[in-house]
Amino acid sequence: MSGAGAGSGEVQTIVAARHLADARSVFIGVGRPSTAAILAREIINPDLVLVYESGTIGAKPRKIPLSIGDGELAATADFVVSVPEMFNYWIQPGRIDVAFLGAAQVDPRGALNSTVIGDYDAPKTRLPGAGGAPEIARGCRRVMVVAPHTKRTFVERLDFLTTDARPVAVITDLGVLTPDPGDGELMLTRVHPGVTVEQVRDATGWDLRVAEDLTTTEPPSDAELNALRELLAR
Amino acid sequence: MSNRTHGAHIVPLRDAVADLVHDGDAVALEGFTHLIPFAAGHELIRQGRKDLELIRMTPDVLYDQMVGMGCARKLVFSYAGNPGVGSLHRVRDAVEHGWPHPIEIEEHSHAGMANRYAAGAADLPFGVLRGYAGTDLVAHTNVKFITCPFTGEELAAVPALRPDVAIVHAQEADRRGNVQLWGIPGVQKEAVLASARSLVTVERVVDELEPCPGGVVIPGWCVDAVAVAERGAHPSYAHDLTDRDNDFYKLWDEVSRDRDEFRAYMEEHIL
Repeated sequence: MSGAGAGSGEVQTIVAARHLADARSVFIGVGRPSTAAILAREIINPDLVLVYESGTIGAKPRKIPLSIGDGELAATADFVVSVPEMFNYWIQPGRIDVAFLGAAQVDPRGALNSTVIGDYDAPKTRLPGAGGAPEIARGCRRVMVVAPHTKRTFVERLDFLTTDARPVAVITDLGVLTPDPGDGELMLTRVHPGVTVEQVRDATGWDLRVAEDLTTTEPPSDAELNALRELLAR
Repeated sequence: MSNRTHGAHIVPLRDAVADLVHDGDAVALEGFTHLIPFAAGHELIRQGRKDLELIRMTPDVLYDQMVGMGCARKLVFSYAGNPGVGSLHRVRDAVEHGWPHPIEIEEHSHAGMANRYAAGAADLPFGVLRGYAGTDLVAHTNVKFITCPFTGEELAAVPALRPDVAIVHAQEADRRGNVQLWGIPGVQKEAVLASARSLVTVERVVDELEPCPGGVVIPGWCVDAVAVAERGAHPSYAHDLTDRDNDFYKLWDEVSRDRDEFRAYMEEHIL
């Protein structure tokens, strides 16, 4: 049975959750990556260790947190550490398996901008900044980017290079991009159900490569979709 | 500093802020999403402190308010967003349009800021980490690369943070000013130990601290003043005692978009 009527955001969240099937631990910020990780722990990978930047390791939230510091994350964590300990003892040595990162801009190599649109000294839009991303990308073993697929986000050239993320996968609401094994440029390897290659290329700010063995994402099952909707409604 | 050999004095918040924080100081009000010292920050606004170098990993709504009220000359930070909501509109207005006046910014990564505080607490001149690799931040901030004398590895060096004053919030203190906090510990202990002076606001004063699992104790002889500020972290929270007011963080997104609406809010609720 397929979960008919899944929205593109729901498909993106479920696909991101599936990417955590074999992960031991995942470092997450808030938003869709957090929802995906909580969903993965509930229905795909019950042993998944959720790590939030606030220092909560092994958090088991029942509800989607608004911030990385919500009380439920600390209350349900296996343990809670300070910020210096989080970065120096847990992230830097590579103890965390997967990192989910987002960004305002993603370039053809999967590098990320979360700092500024326009010139740094005369910004058009000042974004929040790096946060933990540069060292998280460097320290965690595998980086996955979760971002909305629009021309504004997927740009040929970043306004500012915040994070040299080198992701193993970029999961969007239209499909999945992975690095070309040859030169590392992102390549469309999967489209979500009902999405055409042209649609994805039109939503990308560069001439997007398409894999020869392009596949279509397996549609969300009823179980996945129901679990996600129930989680969001809590 | 003179108070420290005998433990921190428990004083009214107004007096503590007046004594410890001066115009032009470098001030770190820390608390990583949790235990943000809002009450103390609001007192700084009421006392009209200006020209401050405001240091915080995550400026949050508190520094949005302080920047919007014209307290800051400079902002030192690593993530200037409204957590889970979006932009800090007052910080953006200051950086993008110079309102209410232009501010200088110095931004780092979280790992960089954490190591800067830790170096300050250890009284070392710099912190060292594997970081700032392949980021344009390097050209816009204060980081240098050094070679490890033992292995030859190239590492990032970040200058120690030595604020004039650290201000943090905690669940409780005893009557001698020993402080205990628990839940997400952030970088508060490092901020207090790195700073020349420090103020801790607390939810309550108890006769004796009951050691708490995961609790962080800061001895009174490392703190200049303790002030009681019940619900002093709101809209942030104090684990086990108050809840994070997520609705306020969402509301702030609307209140802070418009300069006049922001001013009106601050005049009605804070000043």
